[in-house]
Amino acid sequence: MQLAKVIGDVVMTRKDENLTGVKLLVLQPLAADGSNIGRTLVAVDAVGAGVGETVFFVRGKEASFPFYPTEVPADAGIVGIVDHWDLG
Amino acid sequence: MILARIVGTVVATRKDPRLVSNKLMVARPMDPHGKPEGSYLVAVDTVDAGVGETVLIVSGSSARMAAGLKDCPVDAAIVGIVDTVDVAAGD
Repeated sequence: MQLAKVIGDVVMTRKDENLTGVKLLVLQPLAADGSNIGRTLVAVDAVGAGVGETVFFVRGKEASFPFYPTEVPADAGIVGIVDHWDLG
Repeated sequence: MILARIVGTVVATRKDPRLVSNKLMVARPMDPHGKPEGSYLVAVDTVDAGVGETVLIVSGSSARMAAGLKDCPVDAAIVGIVDTVDVAAGD
């Protein structure tokens, strides 16, 4: 999993039917110090995250597992909202 | 998933049989503000997208979960046509 900040959302009318009712959010991946790292991406939301929150997300086919048995075509999915993180 | 703009189509006569009757598009990935980034890719279109439209592309093995692509040899699928992208101010 990777840390990211939710920076926006995506609205689509015409889409794969298994994406119906699934929230799509724009993520900016974060480094451990909280700075931006890497390219932005779009992820499906399984936990009710919103713009401005820090989350962690999975990449790959696992992104669709929270929606099982629906096969949501997604390669990135938010699976947790971060309260805080500490570096040792 | 990534946002991309459709910039063209691909026609291929000789191809894997499981790709027959799939529409192939050339797409240019872009950031949420519409600025192109990264290199072009070829994606299978499952939602009847057209040149010039902004779309959402699923990559990797997840692409095969798009409608009609089960067991197809693909690693990028267009799964939606984007209406709007809202990005928080400052991001």
